[in-house]
Amino acid sequence: MADSPVTEEELHAYADGALPADRVAAVESYLAASPLEAARVAQWRAQASAIRARFGAVAEEPIPERLQLDNVVLRASGLRRKIAAAAAVALIIGAAGGWFARDYFAAPPTGNQMARVLAEAALEAHRLYINEVRHPIEVRADEAHLLPWLSRRVGSAVRAPDLASEGLKLLGGRLLPGSRGPAALIMYEGAGGERITITCVRAASNDQSNFKWRQSGDVGALAWIESGLAFVVAGPAERDKLDRIARRVYAVYETPQSDRR
Amino acid sequence: MSTVRRGLEPLIPALRRFARALSRDAETADDLVQDTLVRALRAEHLFHGGELRTWLFTILLNLDRNRRRGLSRRPHLAVVEDVDPPAAPTSDGTGRDIQRGLAMLPAEQREVLLLVTLEGMSYREAADVQGVPIGTVMSRLSRARSALREHIDGERPQLRNVL
Repeated sequence: MADSPVTEEELHAYADGALPADRVAAVESYLAASPLEAARVAQWRAQASAIRARFGAVAEEPIPERLQLDNVVLRASGLRRKIAAAAAVALIIGAAGGWFARDYFAAPPTGNQMARVLAEAALEAHRLYINEVRHPIEVRADEAHLLPWLSRRVGSAVRAPDLASEGLKLLGGRLLPGSRGPAALIMYEGAGGERITITCVRAASNDQSNFKWRQSGDVGALAWIESGLAFVVAGPAERDKLDRIARRVYAVYETPQSDRR
Repeated sequence: MSTVRRGLEPLIPALRRFARALSRDAETADDLVQDTLVRALRAEHLFHGGELRTWLFTILLNLDRNRRRGLSRRPHLAVVEDVDPPAAPTSDGTGRDIQRGLAMLPAEQREVLLLVTLEGMSYREAADVQGVPIGTVMSRLSRARSALREHIDGERPQLRNVL
């Protein structure tokens, strides 16, 4: 056995440190006698070290939040709803936009009416996307282009207030289509996994409304229109908390530059 | 907590490493790992002992093949994509060489080479992951190494007596 000819497979096994011990001496003396073969094996080993040098460190990186097992376990149940959710949100936001479009054909709705309709639409969007656990957002909060991207698409500066005082962390954002142009949805998450969304879409330039409250089951939404932008804050139906958040959002849009993080 | 769940956690770093080498793009790689974990958790009742690591890598490779075929493309019905391309990752010279070399290999060869060199799998395990006989793993490995050699040495591919 120790004297049988060395095969190509054995050379690979030798390079990979997988050769049975009783064949090592045979392979080594074969390589000592064949410099070309020895060079070949050395190159294979160099390739392997280059691969490990290039990618090995990935395993030392901290595991991103979305790949932590607890989060994945939560997510494992939500995947099937994704397509339905995406389609439904497109419809609903589209419908709200449709309402906006009616002001060209009939008596223009008041800002308050629009805020109410938007609140309902955003409430549905909120409900669908907070359950959308695998891809709740399209661009993560830690990506610097999140706000510039949303702002560019919505056509107005989109801001993300710091809601740490409410125990909320910014997850990221996504765009939803609406017939008046894209709506920006940004999402926050609390320590208990509860999610708050802020939806922002352009309204007709002089629309204005006060805060409108809508509740559907355990989800509530506050909507208002200010300076040509319509806003909806949606989350678990705790009126006080959503009120505070809505005021933070309102304040951050009144204060220039506060979106620079 | 189930056996599968307990066993999954320590495997996540290796899955990320392997996925990164397969797809090269960090975001895509982590998507792949996330899908792999989700699928494993959903199918944990189908796992009856055996090598959990092999099973997970098999899932990951299947998902990656689907991804490359474009069959698992995500619906973008309600989502408007950003047009800005993500910034290219920086890489040093040797890293880029090996990366480019890997990229030009046929997928099955790249998979075997990475399973063996990066993940330290035995040929038997690599064969199980790919669902092929061990002889197929050996010939893929051999072809991968020759092709990579030619690529990195800047030689033109040529006929060689392999095996």
